[in-house]
Amino acid sequence: MRRTVGALLRKELLVELRTLESVPGMSLFAVTTFVVFHFALQRSSVDGDLAAGILWVTLLFAAILGINRLFVADADQGGFDGFLLAPVERTALLVAKALALLAYLVALEIVAVPAFALLLLGPSLGQAMPQLLGVLALGDLGIAAIGTLVAALAVRTRARDLLGPLLALPLLVPIVIGGARATSPLLTLGHAGDPPTRWLLTLGLYDLVFGLIAYALFDFLLED
Amino acid sequence: MAAVQVEGLSRHYGEREALDGVSLSLQEGQTLVVFGPNGAGKTTLLRVLATLLRPHAGEVRVLGARLPGEAWAVRGRIGLLGHEPLLYRELTARENLRFHARLHDVAAGRVEELLARVRLEHRADEPLRSLSRGMVQRVAVARAVLHAPELLLLDEPRSNLDPAAVELVDPLIGSASGRTRVICSHDPGGGLAEADVVLGLRDGRPALLRAAGELRAEEIVELYR
Repeated sequence: MRRTVGALLRKELLVELRTLESVPGMSLFAVTTFVVFHFALQRSSVDGDLAAGILWVTLLFAAILGINRLFVADADQGGFDGFLLAPVERTALLVAKALALLAYLVALEIVAVPAFALLLLGPSLGQAMPQLLGVLALGDLGIAAIGTLVAALAVRTRARDLLGPLLALPLLVPIVIGGARATSPLLTLGHAGDPPTRWLLTLGLYDLVFGLIAYALFDFLLED
Repeated sequence: MAAVQVEGLSRHYGEREALDGVSLSLQEGQTLVVFGPNGAGKTTLLRVLATLLRPHAGEVRVLGARLPGEAWAVRGRIGLLGHEPLLYRELTARENLRFHARLHDVAAGRVEELLARVRLEHRADEPLRSLSRGMVQRVAVARAVLHAPELLLLDEPRSNLDPAAVELVDPLIGSASGRTRVICSHDPGGGLAEADVVLGLRDGRPALLRAAGELRAEEIVELYR
């Protein structure tokens, strides 16, 4: 299984490196959205709940762009069939795709978080950065699990560009809520405290539940 | 034991019957050539035998495994060469073949051997999108036989190939390969020459099923009228 996941992940990252279809688009979307917020809010800086909400909603919509593209090369170029003909565990594709999406989200955040701090955020991120990274990682795990599941479901339909976001958004809302609540104290002027444990637990539990659901359902999604 | 045994196979897409009551038997090492006009169900038949589509009725056995229940047992023993090359355009020929080699647990040396056999070593590190259709088809042939499958499912395998390329790939997918083969073809003369058994399909139904020796090319041409 590890060898198969490695082969699939390597292929995934190579295709993305050659086409640059996902990460640049996601990053550009996030930065543009921060610029739009900067002018639309008519405020030079934001903090607290508002800052956390802007950050997470922007990351969510940027992630949707990556989720929508996740299986497109496989569906359009016959990669699905090539994989299905191989004597390997089908769950390997779920794991590899989720890891690829996770990598895209990390790359997105490497661009988006500094851009957010520069364009919108009032308080400095320096002290809160390690905890912020922890909360982002918890959110990313959930987005990767749900995103991969939804992308696999949507890609084989004719209306995949519409169906993907329609299915993903409601499922990802709890992650945005949990992420924003957990991030809010970190983005408050004067650093209002640590992320609330209950929201961290909520995010962790949500990740676990959807990780298991994706694991249980993925085989069926690949079946004819 | 028959390598492929099909009894009363039906498969539909929504209301449309793509295959209806197809039966056939193919012994190990034999070649079945399937003729029929566009939309007759040839590709659907190949995809069912490849375990990519479920039969909706009838019984299908491939290499002794009953489909779809035992499909896991024959994946990796089947080589499919369809209309799509099942390759990634942004990856090079070598990267594509190495990717499939890892999925099939095949040594990297086999990739180099096949690149040499389809004479693409000198273009093996260029993205597939920069190769001609004929070259891509040669890579696809290498992909289909990479894991030395017992059963080859070939959908118009020589399309896009010039005569020199046909000579290159024939030892891999032709009768000399010694493999059991199911071939979809629109070439009555060429198809008949390499067939042991001929199946003619029209609107998903079997219109012809006979030993190749008992058939004339004109009877196959009739299928298309």
